[in-house]
Amino acid sequence: MKNIIEYVWLVPLFPLAGFLINGLLRNSLSKSLTGIIGSGSILASFIVSILIFLDVKAGIDGPVIVTLFDFISFQDVSIPFAFQVDQLSSLFLLIITGIGFLIHVYSVAYMHEENSSHFARYFAYLNLFVFSMLLLVLGSNYVIMFIGWEGVGLCSYLLIGYWFKNIEYSNAARKAFVMNRIGDLGFLLAVFWLIGRIGTVNFSEVFSKVDTLSSLDLTAITMLLFIGATGKSAQIPLYTWLPDAMAGPTPVSALIHAATMVTAGIYMIARSNILYTMAPTTQTVVMVVGLGTALLAATIALKQNDIKKVLAYSTVSQLGYMFIALGVGAYTGAVFHVMTHAFFKALLFLGAGSVIHAMHHEQDIRNMGGLSKKLKTTHLTFLVGCLAIAGIIPFSGFFSKDEILAAAFMKSPIVWALAAIGALMTAFYMFRLYAMTFLGKFRGTSEQEHHLHESPPAMTIPLVILAVLSFAGGLVGIPEVLMPDSHSLAKFLEPVFAESNRISVPHHPDHTTELLLMFGLMAVIAVVIFWAVGKYKKYEKSGEENTGFARILENKWYVDEIYEALIIRPVNAFGKMLGKFDNFGIDWVVNGVGRSVQYASRQIRLLQSGQVGSYVLLMVIGMIVLFALQVFLKK
Amino acid sequence: MVPVLLILIPLITGAALFAVKQEATAKSIALLASLLSLALMLAGMSGYIDAAQMTYDQPWLGGINSRFHFALDGMSQLLCLLTTLSFPIIIYSTWNNRYDDSNRFFGLVLLSQAGLLGVFMALDALLFYFFWELALIPLYFLCSRWGGERRIQVTIKFFIYTFIGSLFMLIGLIMLYFKAGGSFAWSDFLNLKMTSGQELGIFLMLAIAFAIKMPLFPFHTWQPDTYEQSPTAVTMILSAIMAKMGVFGLLRWLAPIVPSATFLWGDNFATLAVIGMLYASFIAMRQDDLKRLVAYSSIAHIGLMILAIFAPSYSGIQGAMIQMFNHGINILGMWIVVNVIEQKFGTRKISELGGLAQKAPVLTILLVIVALANIAMPLTNAFIGEFMMFNGVLGSTATKFGLAYTIAALVTIILSAVYTLRMIQRVFYGETNELTSKATDISFNVKLSLAIIVVGIILIGVFPKPLLSLTSEVSADILGRMNLK
Repeated sequence: MKNIIEYVWLVPLFPLAGFLINGLLRNSLSKSLTGIIGSGSILASFIVSILIFLDVKAGIDGPVIVTLFDFISFQDVSIPFAFQVDQLSSLFLLIITGIGFLIHVYSVAYMHEENSSHFARYFAYLNLFVFSMLLLVLGSNYVIMFIGWEGVGLCSYLLIGYWFKNIEYSNAARKAFVMNRIGDLGFLLAVFWLIGRIGTVNFSEVFSKVDTLSSLDLTAITMLLFIGATGKSAQIPLYTWLPDAMAGPTPVSALIHAATMVTAGIYMIARSNILYTMAPTTQTVVMVVGLGTALLAATIALKQNDIKKVLAYSTVSQLGYMFIALGVGAYTGAVFHVMTHAFFKALLFLGAGSVIHAMHHEQDIRNMGGLSKKLKTTHLTFLVGCLAIAGIIPFSGFFSKDEILAAAFMKSPIVWALAAIGALMTAFYMFRLYAMTFLGKFRGTSEQEHHLHESPPAMTIPLVILAVLSFAGGLVGIPEVLMPDSHSLAKFLEPVFAESNRISVPHHPDHTTELLLMFGLMAVIAVVIFWAVGKYKKYEKSGEENTGFARILENKWYVDEIYEALIIRPVNAFGKMLGKFDNFGIDWVVNGVGRSVQYASRQIRLLQSGQVGSYVLLMVIGMIVLFALQVFLKK
Repeated sequence: MVPVLLILIPLITGAALFAVKQEATAKSIALLASLLSLALMLAGMSGYIDAAQMTYDQPWLGGINSRFHFALDGMSQLLCLLTTLSFPIIIYSTWNNRYDDSNRFFGLVLLSQAGLLGVFMALDALLFYFFWELALIPLYFLCSRWGGERRIQVTIKFFIYTFIGSLFMLIGLIMLYFKAGGSFAWSDFLNLKMTSGQELGIFLMLAIAFAIKMPLFPFHTWQPDTYEQSPTAVTMILSAIMAKMGVFGLLRWLAPIVPSATFLWGDNFATLAVIGMLYASFIAMRQDDLKRLVAYSSIAHIGLMILAIFAPSYSGIQGAMIQMFNHGINILGMWIVVNVIEQKFGTRKISELGGLAQKAPVLTILLVIVALANIAMPLTNAFIGEFMMFNGVLGSTATKFGLAYTIAALVTIILSAVYTLRMIQRVFYGETNELTSKATDISFNVKLSLAIIVVGIILIGVFPKPLLSLTSEVSADILGRMNLK
């Protein structure tokens, strides 16, 4: 019997089939059938993914390449449509299909108000997204990865603009697509650069030929790929689309804009780890951008009042941490944080969705408060999510964040200190959010209060599962200093990062320092949490506007306004100006030349009166006759 | 015999249609004839017809040694397939459009098809010129008789432009005729010994002729006007197929014949192409008329093909070749949508539309897929062509500026997303207004036409192999003649 890994194409095939069925038959399927097809296809993928993962875990000799067919080939360049199964991709398969399945189930309940045709459209898009995301992580070369890369961007566009009647939503969708495209150019250019230099884009060949690339080439290629990552994974300067992307349905925010798609940049760099390890300049840039984004987004999150916006900026900030990890060469740490973040951020978004559902589409936390009494499951699971993201031991976020901070400390204590400040801000804004939503007294309308209800089991069961994962998910990566030899994730991923680890051996702080940093920081975080909860559970609506620095933060450092003034408006004005020039400039010259040349000539007048017309017609007829005669006479 | 039959079917039917008076009959005959050409073309390509039948060589005008010589190599097959595939779609998708004297309308349409097929198959310069004019002349009539309000003025501009272009081309071909010792044969034009001055002269004559046809910035100002004012069926012919005459001309009658001048002067044209791509993309962002939007978008897309040819490499040349086909069917899809909108609402102004997705979901889905091909999404046909062209330009050994060209040209794929998505948003999303609230979804003929195009877009996007194998030999041949790899 063939190995299950050979059937890896089944994993993306199920969602593709789900997309086609729900998409083509959207007018004839009942809602329950649509839900079963949509969720069932992901469940099938998840089961195959588990089998593949177990096979990989049992041991494989290097990556397994499964070639489906020849995609693009010219001259010596051959780009197969092929999948690569190894430790890294099999782990991502589990995250994508596992969390994807939970979110599909949750969506069945969350989207129940939609009519059956739109309901099916929603599930078709969601299935298409999972398909694209699977291509992205399974591709055995940069081109297949790019297909998935653009595919997830497209699905993100379609789902952000899912409620297409709302023009603001479709603006947000457009913004997301275009900003992603800017990054994609970097990705594409890197691909062309690779083809030009080494004639291949297949991972195994690229990584084995890495020695033949000059350091300039390596720096250029890695920088260009990183530009792609800043678009997809929402880093400075291309992060502003992600908060706007919250216009989409909340389960979409959980799946695409928190757990999976936005981590594509981290996956890509982790996949290309050897290139980055060989390009220290790029690594520094990655680290600085990650750090900058982590802090900038955290400051903005401090003053947001939309429950989803807080979570969105928190996502941007957490992605920044992952890039810090990549920048300092802690690839395992980055992947670890992708995983735990997927658990707790999906949990938080779905929890937020449950709140929004209960509050009848209210998203402003100033109008919430005291929800813990009515939404018991949502409240408890949300609290687990907050503790996990804040980094309280033994919740999962503690372990992954600690690993990143320890690696940052070895790079430079300053990086550690800045990242730690970000962690404190994270704890603060998350518990501000928690306290304003669930504690204190209810501040909404009495009608909202009357209708407050816990969500149905299809929504709360995924919350409970994710809460368990957010609590215990970190145990796969317990640091050496707490329990020797129990970082099973690092051991599992070892083959993927072996070459990088050989070149730049990762250092650890000595045990005393590490413990000191770890628990010192956690003590301060605990203090911050009590401060935030104490301050915001007494929150009253005052109607006062923020002033000074708080106002700048509330307005997100005015970055959108700056982009609007510096880029969008000038580009539009330039387009308008060129348009006028084309009509009155070049055309005027052309018409002028035409006028002066033709002025004295009879041609125009003849043409206008139709005489040239008949003359030309005669010419054509003459030609046809000549032509026909030749053909038949030569016989 | 295949080439001759391919030309004769539309030529004879076209001429005969002038005598058919009933409107419906004329339309049906035109559709049948175009389907017949398509069937013949498919039979020829699938190997049911003996390969020897794919060429035709007879003496023509003996006095000046011009031969009646046609052949169907990979590139010709691709473009003839595009032509024979496009015409039935054009006729069928605009089935409900009304024309006065529709027999003449369809007669001229078919005459133009005969001309186009001749252009793509001719291996004799005079024959090439003859069909070039045969393809163009019916369009002057179509545009001036059945066009929009400004049709006369616009046709004159179109006529002057293309007439000047044709004149240059004729001079260039005659110069080649004398250099080749009194032969019009394409094969005799290869490997001619010329001074650099002579070669430059011929290069400029031909390059300008083709540049106007494609069109290349700054020779493009006839194009948005003509696309806008022509009846949409004619705009389809102009943009889906006729624009490819110029690109085809570069690949068959310019680059292999005057390779060193192409090499020497390539950067000038490549620079113009890049400027034109950016220029047209910026303008497209601000257009309110759907037809002008697609027209400028087309200038940008064709610009990339020109760039890939003047900053040549194998990947770029082959990319340009298959992109001719892809762009042809994709822009046909765009025009079908524009035509439906214009027929339904009597306007093409983006600002007057909105909310169509609620009323016409099928149209919306099909349009979105065509639009995704327009912005070269992976797994659509255009991605394959653009990928190969960008890759080719960056890797071209013929120019020092490959990187600069690539980066500048890549900016246009951001802009194409901007203007294409803006159009989708303004026309299809949002709330309906008074005009669009009573809209209905598309009729069967439009659905079928768009569905065929969409299937083509995805099939080629996923399995580009057949197109690549079809064009690999002729691409390598052109590169070889330019002494490049």
